[in-house]
Amino acid sequence: MARIIVVTSGKGGVGKTTTSAAFAMGLAERGFKTVVIDFDVGLRNLDLIMGCERRVVFDFVNVIQGDANVGQALIKDKRNPNLFVLPASQTRDKDALTIDGVGKVLEELGRDFEYIICDSPAGIERGATLAMYFADDAIVVTNPEVSSVRDSDRMIGILSSKSRRAEQNLEGIREHLLVTRYSPERVQRGEMLALEDVQEILSLDLIGVIPESPSVLNSSNAGVPVILDRDSSAGQAYNDMVARYLGEDLPHRFLTVEKKGLLGRLFGG
Amino acid sequence: MALLDFFKQRKSNSASIAKERLQILVAHDRRGGGPSYLPQLQRDLLKVIRKYVAIDNDAVSVSVEQDGAHEILELNIVLPD
Repeated sequence: MARIIVVTSGKGGVGKTTTSAAFAMGLAERGFKTVVIDFDVGLRNLDLIMGCERRVVFDFVNVIQGDANVGQALIKDKRNPNLFVLPASQTRDKDALTIDGVGKVLEELGRDFEYIICDSPAGIERGATLAMYFADDAIVVTNPEVSSVRDSDRMIGILSSKSRRAEQNLEGIREHLLVTRYSPERVQRGEMLALEDVQEILSLDLIGVIPESPSVLNSSNAGVPVILDRDSSAGQAYNDMVARYLGEDLPHRFLTVEKKGLLGRLFGG
Repeated sequence: MALLDFFKQRKSNSASIAKERLQILVAHDRRGGGPSYLPQLQRDLLKVIRKYVAIDNDAVSVSVEQDGAHEILELNIVLPD
C-alpha cells in the first residue's frame, strides 16, 4: 500500500508546487518509487517545475474519464527512474475531478508506487478538497506572514474534518508544518514572524524550515526541483525535510543570521 | 547604548503586531464564528444600545465558548468614556 501525502496551504504562492517537486524527488533519490500528481486542474504548473512540460500527452482528467490509462499519462522523470509525474489537465471544466475517479486512480497507483504526493491547488474548492481527501499525511506549507498562517489554520481544520480518514473514523491525517521563505535577517529585525510564533499559533509538528533563497527561482526557471541544487540552503533544507519525514531526527538549520566576518562586513558580503 | 535601544524598540514592531492579530483571528476562526444567529444578535444588540448610547460598530462583540458540557454566550459591550 502506498502512503498518500497531500501538500497543501490554502493560500496560493507559498511554495506548494516547489515543495511537491522537491519532496517527490527527495523520496525518489532515497530509492522509493514515487509519483507526484498535480491536482490544479485548469492551471497546471507542476510539469513546468519538474521540467517535463513538453512531454505531457495525457493527463489526470483523461485518465479519470477513461480516455487514457494511468500508464499512458504518467511521465517518467529523466533524472531519476523512481520518479513519475501525473500532470493536471488544462480543461476549464471544474467538475472534471470526481471523488470516485480520483479514488480509482489513487488505488491503481497504490499498487505500483510507495509514495503518492498530491500537489494541491490553492483555495478550498474541489481540487483542493479532493487532493486531501484520500491523504494519510499532510504537509502544510506556510509563509511567516499573516494571511498564509491564517489560511493554514483553516486548512488544518478542514484536514481534520473533511477527509476519508475522518469520515471513516480512522486515525487522523498526520499533519506536518513546513515553513517556507523564512528570512532570519528579517526575523531579527522584527519584520517577520519568528518560527516559534508560527508554531505557537498553528501548534503543528515542524517538519522543516526552507530559507528564502535565490536558488528556488533559479531552479524553477530551469525546471529542476530545488532539492537537486545541493549547494543551496533551500536544497539542503528540503533534503533535511525528506529525511525527517522518513523518521530521521535532524536539527533544523538556517534559522539564525549567518555571522559575517570582518571582510564580509566591509564589503557587504 | 542609545543606538542599540533604538533598534531594540524597532524589533517589537510589525512582527509582534502580526502575532497578536493572528492569535485573536485564529481563535475566532476556530470557534467557527459560533451559531448562525450570532451576527444578527450582534446587529440587534447594537441597535438597542444605540437607542441610549452612541457606540461604534466594534463596541459589541458576541461569542460562544464551549466549557465542558455547556456553552457560554459571552457579550462584551464597550461603552464610550
